[in-house]
Amino acid sequence: MEIWFSAAVGVATACGVFLMLRAHTFTLVIGLTLLSYAVNLFLFASGGLTTDSAAILGENTITSDPLPQALVLTAIVIGFAMTAFACIQAMRARSDSGNDHVDGKEQQESSTKTEAS
Amino acid sequence: MKLFLLCFLPIIGVIIPSLVKGLGRSQIAFFTALLPAASLALLLSEMFAVFDGAVISHQIAWVSSLGLNLSLRLDGLAFLFAALILGIGLLVILYARYYLSERDNMSRFYSYLILFMAAMLGVVLSGNLIQMWFFWEMTSIASFLLISFWTHKSEARKGARLALTVTGLGGLCLLAGVILIGETVGSYELDVVLNAGDLIRASSLYPAILVLVLLGAFTKSAQFPFHFWLPHAMAAPTPVSAYLHSATMVKAGVFLLARMYPVLSGTDMWFVLVSATGLMTLLYGAYTAVFQHDLKGLLAYSTISHLGLITLLFGLNRDMAAVAAIFHIINHATFKASLFMAAGIIDHESGSRDMRKLNGLFRFMPITATLAMVAAAAMAGVPLLNGFLSKEMFFTEVLGQRTLGAISWLIPVLATVGAALSVAYSLRFIHDVFFNGEPRDLPKTPHEPPRYMRVPVEVLVAMCLLVGAFPAFTIGSLLNAASEATLNTPVPEYSLAIWHGFNIPLLMSAMAIIGGVLIYMSRKQLFRFQASFKEINASEIFDKVIYQVQRAAHATIDWIDNGSYQRSAFILSAFALVMLAIPISHISEPLDRLAHTEAQMPVIVGSILLILGSLATVLVSHKRIIALAMLSLVGLVVSIAFNFFSAPDLALTQVLVEVVAIILLLLTLYFFPQTTPRSATGPAGFARDILLASTIGAVVGTVCLLMLTYNAESVSQFYIDNAKTGGGGTNVVNVILVDFRGFDTMGEILVLGIAALGIYKLIARMRLSIRTRDAQGRLWSEDKHPMILSVVSQSLLPLALLISAYIFLRGHNLPGGGFIAGLITAVAMILQYFAHGVSWVSARHKIVYQSLIVSGLMIAVLTGLAPLIWGYPFLTSWFDYFTLPVIGKFELTSALVFDLGVFLTVVGSTMLILSNLGKLTTNQRLKVEQQ
Repeated sequence: MEIWFSAAVGVATACGVFLMLRAHTFTLVIGLTLLSYAVNLFLFASGGLTTDSAAILGENTITSDPLPQALVLTAIVIGFAMTAFACIQAMRARSDSGNDHVDGKEQQESSTKTEAS
Repeated sequence: MKLFLLCFLPIIGVIIPSLVKGLGRSQIAFFTALLPAASLALLLSEMFAVFDGAVISHQIAWVSSLGLNLSLRLDGLAFLFAALILGIGLLVILYARYYLSERDNMSRFYSYLILFMAAMLGVVLSGNLIQMWFFWEMTSIASFLLISFWTHKSEARKGARLALTVTGLGGLCLLAGVILIGETVGSYELDVVLNAGDLIRASSLYPAILVLVLLGAFTKSAQFPFHFWLPHAMAAPTPVSAYLHSATMVKAGVFLLARMYPVLSGTDMWFVLVSATGLMTLLYGAYTAVFQHDLKGLLAYSTISHLGLITLLFGLNRDMAAVAAIFHIINHATFKASLFMAAGIIDHESGSRDMRKLNGLFRFMPITATLAMVAAAAMAGVPLLNGFLSKEMFFTEVLGQRTLGAISWLIPVLATVGAALSVAYSLRFIHDVFFNGEPRDLPKTPHEPPRYMRVPVEVLVAMCLLVGAFPAFTIGSLLNAASEATLNTPVPEYSLAIWHGFNIPLLMSAMAIIGGVLIYMSRKQLFRFQASFKEINASEIFDKVIYQVQRAAHATIDWIDNGSYQRSAFILSAFALVMLAIPISHISEPLDRLAHTEAQMPVIVGSILLILGSLATVLVSHKRIIALAMLSLVGLVVSIAFNFFSAPDLALTQVLVEVVAIILLLLTLYFFPQTTPRSATGPAGFARDILLASTIGAVVGTVCLLMLTYNAESVSQFYIDNAKTGGGGTNVVNVILVDFRGFDTMGEILVLGIAALGIYKLIARMRLSIRTRDAQGRLWSEDKHPMILSVVSQSLLPLALLISAYIFLRGHNLPGGGFIAGLITAVAMILQYFAHGVSWVSARHKIVYQSLIVSGLMIAVLTGLAPLIWGYPFLTSWFDYFTLPVIGKFELTSALVFDLGVFLTVVGSTMLILSNLGKLTTNQRLKVEQQ
């Protein structure tokens, strides 16, 4: 079970990092989101993988670890705020510079002009 | 307490000149002098105690655990320096009153001067090495301000920069040395360090400590090859040169040598480094001084040379040599300060410092000339003056050293040569300026200065004479106390008599004087010889070096960050990979032997789905909307995984955030091209990125596996045990969030709120084109708000809010809580925006999301503050059980109020982000802009 879980985390991480290395802001935001999934799973895994033992007192014998859960819960919400911030920055960058490249090269996006109404 | 006042009165004095700047010039000088004078009085009141060998100390605890205390310590050495600093400082205040012109900002000058004085006092009175270093750096800064006092002069600015850079770099070396000393000894307190000499000398760090401390001392005391800043510092007003560059600041370096003498000296390394540097400096300074045409330049190089002499004495590893060094520190301070002041008078009253123009001034200013001649004679080491006595001691000591074996004779010979050169430039100062024909095209006709401008010179020259004539009476106890403090052992027997009979040192003195006269007589030939060398301007070289350093820095920055995010992200990821890979490469446990549990079917299916979803997101990333669909698949699998692995709170949160995030990304995509053009990254870049990303993925996966199969004791048992009894809830995750780790949560909702407000500001004034067609060129649907959605969403809203309230209230005991309830409410409201449009919704409610965020944060903070009223720590929670008829037993808890704050912040932030983003897609934004 651990191997399957770790493999999934590893692949999601790799995909997230790869997308974050692309040259366009939107792809980058997708990569960031994917990476934050992987990171949340990874952090969650630090408490071990247990089934049928939610950290609710009195319902079952608790073998799961509530602390990583609490940390990941806030991480999910903060992660959303961060994704939103990245989105808005991407939009603002496009609004101010006219393109969505992040490779440091000044180039006009060919489609912007034609698509603008 | 007395000591505390003594050290800190001058610091208060820094503001006095600016308080009284409306008054006349003499009044400003008077008020400025008050506090240093009080300080000096306090110092003198301790005189007899210190002369008896007492060490007075005073400590005020600060960060004791780091060994940082305000620690003051007055012993003989500190007394000597404090007396020089305060005494000469007062004379300089008087002198500057007449030296500065009407145009100069006098109160600013005095403020800087007092700042320097306070810093310098701090250096010598510090009982803690770190504290001493702090004041040491402060002297560099004060000196920078003083040298650049005439800010309109470019040479003043350059000289100040040069001095600050050199002494500042030395200061950093000193800090490193001090820290190493602290590490070795285990304390920064001077009392401890001074008695740990053997420990330090035996330590393997000794060479590093020695070199670093010496770098600090040598840069400050302008020792070769760091001497070059001092001549450029002569651009400062002359009172500054008289004070900083003869009597005090440059003496801080030799003070450090004296202070550290019991700790660092006594080794061959000390001898080689210190005495060789001192000897080089002595000769180089004296030789160069002979060729200066600028009066202050001559004095600057002569200062370098005398500082070299003092350094050489410390380097000889002989106790008596250290005594001679201390003696020479006193003597040099008196005659050099008076010479600088005399040079300032000459400059002030004749308008020039160029010795090629200044001639025959004796006729115009006989009194000043006489004073300057006495001081110059002391500098040359003429008998019956103080300079002669310390020079004799110097000769005796260089004769006595035997460390170089058979070539030990070299040092006395070179010392005599240096002394001869010193006689030559002193002679030049006297003969060239005051005699030797008539003045040539001076801007002013020279005359005697105002009466009181000469007083400081008179006082200092009188001291030269008194010490020269009655050394044991005038200076004996002070020298003894200072020497004892320097050596940290009883001082060897010595005599301060003027006459020691005919001996070799006297012969050396005689040879030096004769030699000096000969050198001066043959100066024409020497000048011609010297002119055949190209002159090196340290300032220009310095500028070039600084320019090169800046260029290298820019090149490095450009190389790391050329404006391409891609490049930075690559470097960052690669660095992260290295930092991850190094520690795990040390784990030798083979992976297959670690504990595993049997894979269950849902786990296998889920993992495969997640892997496929991730890969698909990458593969279709150029078709952005499909990539979003794939991404949401991954998110869904993640929330199922949380649910499967006993984390219902996480599953709820994840699935809700998933909804909100995908809506957000869809809205964002509306403003972007629907497809990603084939990347400009070539195949090589592609391969490189794939390699890096997959390596990182492999490493992270491995770490994850190691973590999962590693049996570690969790700290969580505490939370499980105490959730009910201490927090009053059975949902441990929620109790951790709102109670145990409530402070973390407070920080997190604060970040959330800040992010939302930041986004709100970024959205304002954003100008983006609204597209009318989709990627295939089709017009958007005309039916913007389908009726079924409108009706269903409207009827769903109360239901959703009810569920939200239920989830919120039960959160403390069952899965739920503020975060999840907040997200449910947000999703329900977003649905209304979807179904009816922004204008429809905003017409029907008056909620200002910013205030929602703020009130949420306020509630959380106030809940945290409330326990303080009852004397409990911040964020202490309270709960109790009550019974009401009909309802039955129920629980009230303060954590619920805190959770309400979380709820409001989450709703406010999510809605603020999405509703404003949504507004951008409508033409409402255009209306707002038109207004």
